[in-house]
Amino acid sequence: MSRSQLPQTTPGSNGGPRTGRQVRDSVVVRFAGDSGDGMQTAGAQFGIEAALSGRDISTFPDYPAEIRAPAGTTYGVSAFQVHFGSQDVKTAGDELDVLVALNPAALKVNLGDLGLGGTIVVDRGAFTDRNLKKAGYETSPLEDNSLAPYVLISLDITALTLRAVEPFELSQKDAIRCRNMWALGLALWMFDGDKDATIEWVANKFSGQGGVADANVAAINAGNAFGETAEMPSIAAGWTVDPANLDQGLYRTVSGTEALAWGLTSGLAASGLERMIFASYPITPASNLLHALAKLRSHGVVTFQAEDEIAAACAAIGASYGGALGVTSSSGPGVALKGEAIGLAVGTELPLIVVNSQRAGPSTGMPTKTEQADLFQALYGRNSDAPVAVLAPATPTDCFEVGREAVRIATTFMTPVFVLTDAYLSSAAEPWRIPDVDALPDFPVTFRTDPDGYHPFIRDPDTLARPWVRPGTPGLEHRIGGIERDAETGNISYDPENHDRMTRTRAERIERIAQFIPAQTVDAGSESGALAVVGWGSTYGAISKAVERCRADGLAVSHVHLRWLSPFPHNLAELLGGFDRLIVPEVNAGQLVHVLRARLGLRADGLNRVTGRPFRIREIESVIRAALEEES
Amino acid sequence: MTPATRSETSAKDFASDQDVRWCPGCGDYAILKGVQKTLADVGASTENTVFVSGIGCAARFPYYMSTYGFHTIHGRAPALATGLKLANPDLDVWVVTGDGDALSIGGNHTLHVLRRNVDLQILLFNNEIYGLTKGQASPTSRRGTVTPSTPRGSFSNPVHPASFAIGAGARFVARGIDINLKLLTEVLKAAHEHRGASFVEIFQNCIVFNDGCFSEFTDKAHAGSMQLVVENGKPLRFGPDGNRGLRFNPRSWKLETVDVGPDGVAVEDLVVHDETNRALALLLAELQPPDAPMALGVLYRDPAESYHEAMLAGVPAAGASLSDLLRTGKTWTVEG
Ligand code: SF4
Repeated sequence: MSRSQLPQTTPGSNGGPRTGRQVRDSVVVRFAGDSGDGMQTAGAQFGIEAALSGRDISTFPDYPAEIRAPAGTTYGVSAFQVHFGSQDVKTAGDELDVLVALNPAALKVNLGDLGLGGTIVVDRGAFTDRNLKKAGYETSPLEDNSLAPYVLISLDITALTLRAVEPFELSQKDAIRCRNMWALGLALWMFDGDKDATIEWVANKFSGQGGVADANVAAINAGNAFGETAEMPSIAAGWTVDPANLDQGLYRTVSGTEALAWGLTSGLAASGLERMIFASYPITPASNLLHALAKLRSHGVVTFQAEDEIAAACAAIGASYGGALGVTSSSGPGVALKGEAIGLAVGTELPLIVVNSQRAGPSTGMPTKTEQADLFQALYGRNSDAPVAVLAPATPTDCFEVGREAVRIATTFMTPVFVLTDAYLSSAAEPWRIPDVDALPDFPVTFRTDPDGYHPFIRDPDTLARPWVRPGTPGLEHRIGGIERDAETGNISYDPENHDRMTRTRAERIERIAQFIPAQTVDAGSESGALAVVGWGSTYGAISKAVERCRADGLAVSHVHLRWLSPFPHNLAELLGGFDRLIVPEVNAGQLVHVLRARLGLRADGLNRVTGRPFRIREIESVIRAALEEES
Repeated sequence: MTPATRSETSAKDFASDQDVRWCPGCGDYAILKGVQKTLADVGASTENTVFVSGIGCAARFPYYMSTYGFHTIHGRAPALATGLKLANPDLDVWVVTGDGDALSIGGNHTLHVLRRNVDLQILLFNNEIYGLTKGQASPTSRRGTVTPSTPRGSFSNPVHPASFAIGAGARFVARGIDINLKLLTEVLKAAHEHRGASFVEIFQNCIVFNDGCFSEFTDKAHAGSMQLVVENGKPLRFGPDGNRGLRFNPRSWKLETVDVGPDGVAVEDLVVHDETNRALALLLAELQPPDAPMALGVLYRDPAESYHEAMLAGVPAAGASLSDLLRTGKTWTVEG
């Protein structure tokens, strides 16, 4: 919700028996605890309930790099954030309205993100001397008045949970593990949420595990009833968030990873190719794509966990050479290793999709944290002149369309295509109106079979693509490789002029793509004017909301968001040239802004924050306002 | 391998129109001939055969074949060939590599392609030197080898390709020599016939940078006494009149060279080659002249399911509607 709007209080106006609930446009809740506390589960279920009850949502998990760091430590804290509202929710939220903290470390790590006056729900039972010490607290924050700026709801959730699950005779350890469900039950009450889907899910997940399912259900119900029976401190009467005004249709929630997996698979079907060979090597946060695609065998998807990043890229290239769709995926460090192989695909002009789930770097950096700093790597990170196509999804749901587009371009132009997603996009989720996939356009691949006049590097006059030939085709036997190829025969060539010609042709082929993609449009605002905010990738939500707020106040600002980073849409220079000033927010030290200046000769200012987290709406909003004030 | 029949072909039909550019006298010429003859003998078709290579002198091989071919990047041919085989399992795919390509920069891929048992013929041209980069020590160079990069002699112990392959889990390991066309084609045919990864180490003379490095067992003068061509079910016997043999010493767990005949041991006391015996294969692979003969032929053959059979079982062609898939899990309807 907008911080400028003060929460109102309604006396039970929504017909329910509950009184004193605040009505809010949107609320941001974060569940935080130890990595073994089940916070991801509680948060994800909370998000699903919010979505099922018609709210727009955006969710984002924030988990530590360590799998099970020592319990109770700050570096073992795992969190899941849900932003839900009655209006278009486009980011996981600038700051928290409610923080649920199941131990002192979770409070310590997350408190800074809570807005002043925000609500904290803590499990007092976990604030033992030992846990306080592990979290680095000298005195208990529950007692030293340091939480005075917030609304503190301090409950002994441990004891309340143990009491609720007592009849099921679980071990102490299993009983305590139900705390997440108790907290979830309470949170659902606080926001007027339903709990049926969660109860159904719990029953499924723990079916066959004796009392565990029943105990979890009991914990949810107990947490919920705790709120309902007015055991809650009166100050926290709960909130009402109305349903959002979403377009009519069938919905589900989808993460960027799922949407990309399905988009690639939909692209595979549209191409008419028999098989996708998806080759990758485990790396955070890209492995989820491997896991998602591994479930799609029945759609012709074969996943190959290679021995290393290089092998993954090479296997994908070998697959494309064999007439399948070759896809490889990684994060920045892995893409660095794949560089030489991608160069081979550039030189031999084979389709290849390279997905980079960008993360904070350089080197290992912060593996679970997001960044957009591999744009230069995608554009230039190979030896010699090795141009490729590069595109970036803007939102989790956009990953579907981008996945399809990557397949279309790779197979039509016989080129590597980079898809730049990131740690945020791959795990963030939002509601998705399920498209009618069968009605989406096909883009069938035609393999060449005619030997007449063939050599491997004759080109289509429009796309400049060379023909794709499946080995096994009689009469078209040929040899290709990393050595420069003669433009006229396809045989190896060290001829100086030929190399110059082939280098230019490879670049021109990528530029030709611009004739086969949509022109750049303006996402919000007018098509020229004083100021445009130009973004790419996962900054979409924050830029879009910031521009929306400024425009609501009558400011003349536009939002232009690029899906295509190589080539640029043909009208981009002209479009951006129509603005007096360009601001380019990026979660890197200034990459797109550099390319805009260098390639299009535009004046543009960077807005750069590299914190491992997505932009906050207000960080962009304040820069827009300042820029327009300077103007006036 | 994949059976493919075609009307009579000759070795010449497998030669491309490109000029062969190895140094005159290089062992690669003989191997090229051996491979082309093998393909003709087994009735392979040019369209169904693919040669994949990495980088090095040997890696130029695909350009000289009239089949499909892919000259890739240094060390990565096994990985690329794995993807190719998964995409198109009907192809008959050969990987041509060298000692540096397969065991140094590409050592990891060689290990994994073998343990996965990808259905490929992998020909490792071992010349114990880097040829294309002008003569540096390679991972198979013997300790003490003096080269421009090891002026005081190499301090690294060499890897033995056949032992490495057996250790990695290869199910077919064989050895041939560039200049012994008969043995080479026999070994290549066996490799071609084998389903799964077939690993063939071919001793290849680099006349420019490492001339004669295998002469102690390849020279005509020593061939008889220093080569043991193994045959399944036959005693391990070699020498001019079969007057030498290998006996298992249970105390040292080694194969020892013995004289056969009235003054030596009886033939019945020699080890009989069993190509499915992995432990024996390793003992054979480890034999090194001059103390023992060089073991040649099929050292190990024990077929198992190949990688693509397991990976592709039950995978239909793409194209099924995703409509149901997108509706799995929780969905809800928003009314207009
Ligand atoms: S350098 Fe050696 S291996 Fe290479 S082509 Fe010349 S002789 Fe053959």
